[in-house]
Amino acid sequence: MSELRAGQALEPKTYPVTRAALVRYAGASGDFNPIHWSDRIATSVGLPGVIAHGMFTMALVARAVAEWTGGAEVVELGGKFTNPVVVPDDDAGTEVIVGATVKSVEDGLTTLTLEVTSGGQKVLGMPKAVVRQAGA
Amino acid sequence: MPLDVSLVGRAFPSTRPYRVSEEKVREFAAAAGVGWETGDPVPATFPIVLAFDAMNAFLDDVGVELARIVHGEQRFAYQRPLAPGDVLSATLRVASLRQIGGNDIIGTVSELTDESGALVCTATATLVHRGDAA
Repeated sequence: MSELRAGQALEPKTYPVTRAALVRYAGASGDFNPIHWSDRIATSVGLPGVIAHGMFTMALVARAVAEWTGGAEVVELGGKFTNPVVVPDDDAGTEVIVGATVKSVEDGLTTLTLEVTSGGQKVLGMPKAVVRQAGA
Repeated sequence: MPLDVSLVGRAFPSTRPYRVSEEKVREFAAAAGVGWETGDPVPATFPIVLAFDAMNAFLDDVGVELARIVHGEQRFAYQRPLAPGDVLSATLRVASLRQIGGNDIIGTVSELTDESGALVCTATATLVHRGDAA
């Protein structure tokens, strides 16, 4: 794949998020917090309903970064979970959209500024990824 | 019940050594819709499997119910990529604690080290403990 350049906008990635995906993520990650599968418990602690694991959203961000960079080594990844991704109990669920701009390419490290939204709202604050690009 | 500020600086016992297996990595990747093959990079958020174990042990220790925890922030810094065959353990310490609007805002740092004791990944998390009034 071609090397990324500073200022380059990357093709946004859209990923579906369904209740079934949350159950699968719970099993794979070991995060069985009931706010990610029980409306009863989610609403009892003041949430609007079942929400996606923040780390499921971040796993999708990592997937987008891997797709954009051809699986480059990740040196840093993170963000704040500013708004919950509420996942309705239907077949369609919701979507997470991951966009990015290349902030800098320096000393072999490529820094991406990310924009992660669901239902038109930003769900990650100050999201950032730094990868080591071979040959950069 | 708010957590006691004396927790700040406290380190909790390291998690039991965890062997990263190809099967678990494939399962974790598949949960995010990624088809993982031997030799592919381990998904960047995989260290959460260990960091989450360390967090659960911490919550048990301080008597906080998982359902009252919402993840506020997560950051990873990697010294090297994880690889199948790695045997890792996570050590969590409480870095900060604030009370805002009846919620505890808990800052934690979990260090993942390999069998030689070398640091592999630092996972920094903010956990929001929702108070009874929330």
